[in-house]
Amino acid sequence: MAELFTVGETIRDTKAPAGPIQDQWEARRFGAKLISPANRRSLSVIIVGTGLAGASAAATLGEAGYRVKSFCYQDSPRRAHSIAAQGGINAAKDYRNDGDSIRRLFYDTVKGGDYRSRESNVYRLAEVSSSIIDQCVAQGVPFARDYGGLLDTRSFGGVQVSRTFYARGQTGQQLLLGAYQALERQAAAGTVEVHTRHEMLDLIVIDGKTRGIVVRDMVTGALETHLADAVVLASGGYSNVYHLSTNAVGCNTTATWRAHRKGALFANPCFTQIHPTCIPVSGEHQSKLTLMSESLRNDGRIWVPKEAADGRRPGEIPDGERDYYLERQYPAFGNLVPRDVASRAAKNQCDAGRGAGPGGRGVYLDFADAIARLGRAAIEEKYGNLFDMYHKITDDDPYQVPMRIYPAVHYTMGGLWVDYDLESSIPGLFVIGEANFSDHGANRLGASALMQGLADGYFILPNTISDYFAKNAGTETTDASHPEAVKAVDAVRARITTFLTINGDRSVDSFHQELGSIVWEYCGMERNAEGLQRALGLIRALREEFWTNVKVTGTNEELNQTLERAGRVADFFELAELMCIDALHRLESCGSHFRTESQTDDGEALRDDAAFAYVAAWEFTGDNAPPILRKESLEYHNVELTQRSYK
Amino acid sequence: MKITLRIWRQHDREAAGRMVSYGVDGVSPDMSFLEMLDVLNEQLTAAGDDPVAFDNDCREGICGMCSLVINGIAHGPEGLTASCQLYMRHFSDGDTIDIEPWRSPSFPILKDLIVDRSAFDRIIQAGGYISSPTGAAPDAAAMLVPKKDADRAFDAAICIGCGACVAACPNGSAMLFTGAKATHLGALPQGQIERNSRSLAMVNQHDAEGFGGCTEIGECTAVCPVGIPLDMISRLNGDVLSALRHNTT
Repeated sequence: MAELFTVGETIRDTKAPAGPIQDQWEARRFGAKLISPANRRSLSVIIVGTGLAGASAAATLGEAGYRVKSFCYQDSPRRAHSIAAQGGINAAKDYRNDGDSIRRLFYDTVKGGDYRSRESNVYRLAEVSSSIIDQCVAQGVPFARDYGGLLDTRSFGGVQVSRTFYARGQTGQQLLLGAYQALERQAAAGTVEVHTRHEMLDLIVIDGKTRGIVVRDMVTGALETHLADAVVLASGGYSNVYHLSTNAVGCNTTATWRAHRKGALFANPCFTQIHPTCIPVSGEHQSKLTLMSESLRNDGRIWVPKEAADGRRPGEIPDGERDYYLERQYPAFGNLVPRDVASRAAKNQCDAGRGAGPGGRGVYLDFADAIARLGRAAIEEKYGNLFDMYHKITDDDPYQVPMRIYPAVHYTMGGLWVDYDLESSIPGLFVIGEANFSDHGANRLGASALMQGLADGYFILPNTISDYFAKNAGTETTDASHPEAVKAVDAVRARITTFLTINGDRSVDSFHQELGSIVWEYCGMERNAEGLQRALGLIRALREEFWTNVKVTGTNEELNQTLERAGRVADFFELAELMCIDALHRLESCGSHFRTESQTDDGEALRDDAAFAYVAAWEFTGDNAPPILRKESLEYHNVELTQRSYK
Repeated sequence: MKITLRIWRQHDREAAGRMVSYGVDGVSPDMSFLEMLDVLNEQLTAAGDDPVAFDNDCREGICGMCSLVINGIAHGPEGLTASCQLYMRHFSDGDTIDIEPWRSPSFPILKDLIVDRSAFDRIIQAGGYISSPTGAAPDAAAMLVPKKDADRAFDAAICIGCGACVAACPNGSAMLFTGAKATHLGALPQGQIERNSRSLAMVNQHDAEGFGGCTEIGECTAVCPVGIPLDMISRLNGDVLSALRHNTT
């Protein structure tokens, strides 16, 4: 393993203020320098991505009076993939009087992340969670209400309080439209310039500070230089490295990976979340997987036939011959165990031959009991759109027959390393939302992604970025003719020319598919040293073939979707390799990262806190050169590290 | 299954377009319509031809990016279904299927099946929001919202902004899209202060974008993938009348 990476200097300062954890955010806000309203107009910021994090940050910074340029690859900011989040958003409101508090949300998030997240950041997230709900309600987000007109909440995977606010099965859509409308309001006010169908292809760093980006106009192919006093990446996660995931097909790592190559550390890339309640793969042609909110687990019961290779239809299997394995193995949490536990349990059942449906890759999620208990109307009210979606895709009616579900890649906890200010290791480059390595440690709890995206964008970044501006910005001016800007544009152009001139035999998608199946097989729900070593060899060989045998038709100077995909897949290759190195070096199991070599007697993840209680932040050193591992040690003063148990 | 496709091909905004026929073999009933187009594009790429450009992203019916007129119907033959959620099991072996982009002067074609829908963003810019800058919000529980109002707002707010309503309308009107936003925000107590001025501003922008007037034909709701009902346009008209009567601008 030694030749795969080297170990560099430890990261010592995360910029979190000293003092009791509940006072840190207030201390940081007070300590941060401000920019007077009159001076904000002269400061500019680029924001890449218009999901919950990007749109909320753009709107808020625009309202504050900064000059904002917002970029997205879709045809409208409203399309960003946050729109597809279904279940809900957590907040420590304690409207239910069920014992919830900031400290409990903090504790649940740290524990849910299997003690691999940074205490100070997670506490702050829990602290601002309440303000997010206030903000969204004021914008007109139509959250679910009870008959008294109060906001309704529900309980979500992995916790015992009811703190999840929701808008039927479309919470992400409604929160995103709120942020999108706030963003468009600023566009009309002239504070935000929105650039749709523009994809960031490189970062411009001048004298050690982030000063801009290179983007491609996806309609004309023109390469453009955009400069600013700071750059914010809100470009989402990298689940599509697996080819099949629940992400939109356009989601990609290019913005974050290009920044990594320019010096931003990439943290915990092997922490990828596999979501337990997705619709199983139906065939070779599959282009994406569809998730159904895990809120379904509140009322649905998960089971498999007790006998392996049971050929009967689910309705023909009597109750006594079914194994409700989550309820049996985890009596305290039952069907509501965290995502990583539920996913691996489903895999184990299918590996043992008890899976249902074509290929035996599925388990039943059964609503018969809930329908009998609550009535069909109540189930329809809660989950109607999910049932319709399932029916549309599979042609099975879940009111009549149990759903079939299987885990799928859904979210990536890893991402660009950031400090307490959400600033990366390159000054002036901030990273928010799923794109950063964030607050979720080795496993994210349900309904926490929406919370984090909006916390970063509405409340955290706008406070911390002013400090950067006050200390750094406006001192030097620059323009597109600066040698570093020219160099970045030239490099992007050269790469595009390479894609277009290889003229090989294989399509971009066929490479993406093969890469995805390697990463899923060896760096998916279970990992071990032998498999990861094999994956590294396979990825390198495939990458070499990609660069000599890929076929990209057309030219740069047109709308060229194949060319767009080629660039994204090329970056996925490099990221996949780093994911495997990260997974290989982390010899423990924790959260979503399950090393078969490190498990308890009853097959649960076995952490090694003495050796691995750190963030693994990787530094890029060049093509085909071993990366440098920079450790940020994780210290817990406010929670006690325990072996997670949901029994 | 073997399917014949007749697809609108147009190189760019200015170029002339035409329908071109392609055969696709090995189509499985479990494929989505877009996955069937992926198969066609793999076939075209292998032959060195230019793949068909079409907008799509989430492929689960929520982002609103996919936008195909299939056999003359926006989003195809299945009701309450976006193009990406249409499955090939609704077609038969040997079928010939026509695929065209949204047709509207306000949605110029960029390439093949891709159109420019930025006019929708500009309608929202004109007033499709509640002015509520970050930080100024009262506690979320401070204001009660009757469940029926919250549900009404939600039923309007699920519009995915795809533009099928425009593509289907003989007048090329975007009043269903605009009406849905007016109803979403106007049904809530938070949205009352700007209600009439919001609706008027959005309708003015709608007209400025060149969308046609609404004559309540109802083609829009028939193709809407999320079932936005026609009476949301009445709600919008009511707001606009109030705005004009009270001279709210």
